[in-house]
Amino acid sequence: MPDITATDPATATADNPVQGIDQTAGNFSYKIDYEFDAGTGLSEQTIRYISAVKKEAPWILDFRLNALKQFQAKPLPTHWATKDLENIHFDKIRYYLAQGQKPKRTWDEVPDDIKKTFERLGIPEQERKFLAGVEAQFDSEAAYSNVKELVAKQGVIFLNSTEALREHPDLFRKWFGKVIPTGDNKFSALNSAVFSGGSFIYVPKGVKVTHPLQAYFRINAESFGQFERTLIIADEGAELTYMEGCTAPKFSTSTLHSAVVELVALKGAKIQYITVQNWANNVFNLVTKRGVAHEEAEIKWIDCNIGSRLTMKYPGVVLKGRKARGEVISIALANDGQHQDTGAKMIHAADETTSNIVAKSISVGQGRSTYRGVVHIPKHLKGCKNNTECDALLINTNSRTDTYPAITVRGNANPTQHEASVSKVSEEQIFYMQQRGLTEGQAMSLSVNGFVNDLASQFPMEYSVELKRLIDLEMEGSVG
Amino acid sequence: MSQLEIKDLHVSIDEKAIVNGLTLTVRSGEVHAIMGPNGTGKSTLAKAVAGHPSYTITSGDVLLDGKSILAMQPDERARAGLFLAFQYPSEIPGVSIANFLRAAVQARMGEGEELDATAYYKRLYSKMDMLKMDRKFTSRAINDGFSGGEKKRCEILQMAMLEPKFALMDETDSGLDIDALRIVADGVNALRSTNLGVVMITHYQRLLGYIVPDFVHVMWNGRIVKSGDKSLALELEAKGYDWVKKELAHA
Ligand SMILES: Nc1ncnc2c1ncn2[C@@H]1O[C@H](COP(=O)(O)OP(=O)(O)OP(=O)(O)O)[C@@H](O)[C@H]1O
Ligand SMILES: [Mg+2]
Repeated sequence: MPDITATDPATATADNPVQGIDQTAGNFSYKIDYEFDAGTGLSEQTIRYISAVKKEAPWILDFRLNALKQFQAKPLPTHWATKDLENIHFDKIRYYLAQGQKPKRTWDEVPDDIKKTFERLGIPEQERKFLAGVEAQFDSEAAYSNVKELVAKQGVIFLNSTEALREHPDLFRKWFGKVIPTGDNKFSALNSAVFSGGSFIYVPKGVKVTHPLQAYFRINAESFGQFERTLIIADEGAELTYMEGCTAPKFSTSTLHSAVVELVALKGAKIQYITVQNWANNVFNLVTKRGVAHEEAEIKWIDCNIGSRLTMKYPGVVLKGRKARGEVISIALANDGQHQDTGAKMIHAADETTSNIVAKSISVGQGRSTYRGVVHIPKHLKGCKNNTECDALLINTNSRTDTYPAITVRGNANPTQHEASVSKVSEEQIFYMQQRGLTEGQAMSLSVNGFVNDLASQFPMEYSVELKRLIDLEMEGSVG
Repeated sequence: MSQLEIKDLHVSIDEKAIVNGLTLTVRSGEVHAIMGPNGTGKSTLAKAVAGHPSYTITSGDVLLDGKSILAMQPDERARAGLFLAFQYPSEIPGVSIANFLRAAVQARMGEGEELDATAYYKRLYSKMDMLKMDRKFTSRAINDGFSGGEKKRCEILQMAMLEPKFALMDETDSGLDIDALRIVADGVNALRSTNLGVVMITHYQRLLGYIVPDFVHVMWNGRIVKSGDKSLALELEAKGYDWVKKELAHA
């Protein structure tokens, strides 16, 4: 571990913990030196190192150390989740990296298929260079400073969580770790111990942010876990939309991504949180997302998961105040070698609260999709409502069909409505479309887009376009 | 001038022989009617020619303009100019007719060529007008919840949009009401005048009154056992298939 006392704090924390990418295949390999490197493995020393590099207040270090203890004490949840979790080698992961050096590769050296993928995804030029490791860092500051300035005029705080801890410690501390306590699950504890990066947003009373706020997080180093921490507070009557996009290039060894996202919507506030993720095939994506909706507040999660080796993610809303509303719209696509274990949690804790869950999953070939949902409505509450819709689409008859919608409702004094369906794209349907001149890949892609169409049309334009492109790419790659 | 040649074709499903040495040559602008009892292998022939993966061609060949198409994927055959109007068209939930046909038209364009959306819709609407289809169908998912007759009309709409060289029309007339039959027939006749070659599988003489065939073939037990002109269809209607069977027994 390098000596950190000599470090200049101004460069000690990257604005976004994003670095140039590593290699994907064959000769496509190069090295980056990380100026700040906590080494591999996780110990008290690692935590102290991270906290020192980030020049954190003592309470944060204590928070991290406590989280580490909880992480170490908790078993993997393999009694209900997949045993594949046992393949995460926690001691081989790098828990903190900050970019210090420029990589030395030119655009010409980037393999054509990578370039093509970027092009197909419509990733802007400047961003492509960063993703391909030609540029050290995608300059998110430059891209988003306009938006930041604009919303700052309305009193909105939009910062990296590291900055926010320094600049608004009281505000941060008041809400931090309250929606998702450290010990919520093993991975929230892990994140609480090593978190770095992520966004902090505060929208003052009555302010309606018209521009969606956006951040890109991408993991780029082998065996590098990314542990961003996002906290969003919408004060009374405030409104905002936050968009999170993740597109990771391919890596050769397993990578862990474990984020925690907390949302607080105070009385009458509205938060919409949109995610479109496309992780590389070796990424464990284990994310805890939850919001608290106070009286008449509304929280909506729109969550699209494509790629990864294993995704476990169940966005939730705690409906804490009267007439609060929660919604989860989720799309998951599992291709060969991928497991999407997704769902939603709705915890009704006040009268007249309503929740809506629409989950669609697509399993291709050996891909696995699992839906897990919890809707909790205690008997003593009045006028609560839940609607759950859960649809699975299977493509290629050898799909492992362990897509199983499971819905748990505790308490039955309130009306709930559940619908679940499993459908298949049949050989006849594919043949029909091929007979009209579409390739097998195009035919599958059309069916999948058709399946998610009603949900995708609710997304902001650029996201539904990106989703469609991702599906096209994914389906194209799934046929020989 | 194009030519579709089916040469001594043998097709089986799960080791069971269904088509047993069928030979047929269709040229541009010609209409060949195929008639024959249920289960005799008419649909199997059509799907095998179109490249359905469950049907195995055990021997024989299918040539389009002199080149074998048997090694081609179904979509390659389609883009080469072969169209199959299905006896039982598939329903594709969530995929609108407009988007589907747009993708199909785009698939026939060269790399880098962009479809002109305005021109496309103009053409789509004119074909729909010709087939007297309500425009609200464009936004409906393909065949999803369509009536039997609507499905058949939708097949012809697709054929009109994709302008194939050869169409295999499998019982397009069944399910159509009298007016629809006339509308569809007018559509096919219009395409025929632009040199479409047609293999028309049907059970009824009525369709042949509207789309007058150049040849009529009787298929039985997986092969063509009798061929003639349009009068053969009338004779069949009057005498039934037993007549053909008896003739065969004598031969
Ligand atoms: N996918 C299949 N699997 C098993 N058998 C099949 C399959 N498709 C067709 N067959 C069988 O092959 C034979 C020929 O069927 P085909 O559909 O080609 O007949 P057809 O001449 O089109 O009949 P119809 O006039 O009733 O439409 C039938 O015995 C049928 O049951
Ligand atoms: Mg048939």
